[in-house]
Amino acid sequence: MDTELSLSRCSLEQRHQFRAASVNLAGGRKFSRFFSLVPKHHLSASERLETMLPTPSTSHVDYERIYEPAEDSFLLLDTISSESEKAFLQERFKLQVSGNVSSSPLVVEVGTGSGVVLSFVHAHAELIFGRSDILTAGVDVNRHACKATAVTVSIAEKEQQEQVKSHGFYIGNILGDLSTPIRPGSVDVLIFNPPYVPTPDLPALPGADDVEQTSYEVDSHLLALSYAGGADGMETTDRLLDELPNILSKDRGCAYILLCAQNKPEEVKDRVMSLDMNFSVETVGTSGKKAGWEKLQIIRIWR
Amino acid sequence: MKVLTLNFLTCAVKACKSSSDSFPLHPKDCELVSDELEVNSALLTNVLTRVDWKALTTTAAELGFPTLPATPPTPEELAGDEKMLKELHTLLMETQINEGKLVCGHCGHEYAVKEGIANFLLPNHLV
Ligand SMILES: C[S@@+](CC[C@H](N)C(=O)[O-])C[C@H]1O[C@@H](n2cnc3c(N)ncnc32)[C@H](O)[C@@H]1O
Ligand SMILES: [Zn+2]
Repeated sequence: MDTELSLSRCSLEQRHQFRAASVNLAGGRKFSRFFSLVPKHHLSASERLETMLPTPSTSHVDYERIYEPAEDSFLLLDTISSESEKAFLQERFKLQVSGNVSSSPLVVEVGTGSGVVLSFVHAHAELIFGRSDILTAGVDVNRHACKATAVTVSIAEKEQQEQVKSHGFYIGNILGDLSTPIRPGSVDVLIFNPPYVPTPDLPALPGADDVEQTSYEVDSHLLALSYAGGADGMETTDRLLDELPNILSKDRGCAYILLCAQNKPEEVKDRVMSLDMNFSVETVGTSGKKAGWEKLQIIRIWR
Repeated sequence: MKVLTLNFLTCAVKACKSSSDSFPLHPKDCELVSDELEVNSALLTNVLTRVDWKALTTTAAELGFPTLPATPPTPEELAGDEKMLKELHTLLMETQINEGKLVCGHCGHEYAVKEGIANFLLPNHLV
């Protein structure tokens, strides 16, 4: 038991360093020296605790142009698969509702990046939702991320199949801006780990015809889009929040959104409450015990 | 992307959202591919109770699939109709749009699908 506890602490600590490293790397040259301080093996997503559900493999992903899974990604995994969130989701998406079978929930992740979060929820649908007839889909503004997510999902599916375990039904990734391609009222569970780092400017969204170009500049722009959040780190998240009342299904829609301390989470939660009369909001996961700028939390929004 | 995805997509142009012509998008010059998958009738049944049947009928016709009945089969009807089950399985679960375009019936904008990924980013004049 003792060793298990210390392993758990150690692992959290490692994930912390990982987060700091990747933000600093993305944040610019002057911090990049921190990156080399982090031992390589700490960067491996496969090193998460055995007692947790396994993290999907993303070793095929090109981190020169796609966000590398970091502490924020893992906080999402841990939160969505926590006992309390499993209980919430299983109650909400119960297969039998007063004698009738409830229809398949649609899970949409916005900003899938490597696909680590979506493929985790996809592979462990049965354990998380108590049913495996879950439809999963992703949206990202980065074409490479869309492709990588499809691969990550199919690797995770194969791993489940090898163990004779079920998984969800993946319907594809869309290249697009937030929820703009999604039909109103259709999303049952929306997941978003946004670009949340406060930055002086917000990188411009690529236009329809920009996505075929490849160059070092284009790749850095895509990486900037993955972390840079503009004022308070909230410019992109705010746009998604505004769409939530519209995009979530009326009867059972809910959303998991990651915030960092500089996003001013309490103000964000107040704003969420004002978006829709029927919204509730609660912090359901936190990480980063140290007080400071890297502290992260997941809010759940539901009606 | 699966054909089923079309049931959850709409034109990304803001001004089109309120128009019923922006859903479903119309496939044009599409190259389809088929994944061979085992029939999962529980999944199919639970998906059918949430699809917009009218939109699916339009999509199926536009892609050249057999004409769907006017109303969706009930779970009981589906369980007793092997042929219907197989056809819907092929259309919704197995078929993917790999290349082609998705056209908005309201503004006429064409969204390109490449390597199975539809591009819903807008040209600057439409944002
Ligand atoms: C912090 S990363 C999260 C990646 C992945 N979900 C994870 O947790 O590791 C943010 C992702 O959002 C994407 N993104 C940024 N702005 C977006 C937008 N306006 N619409 C869709 N995706 C966006 C980025 O390309 C990036 O993949
Ligand atoms: Zn349109």
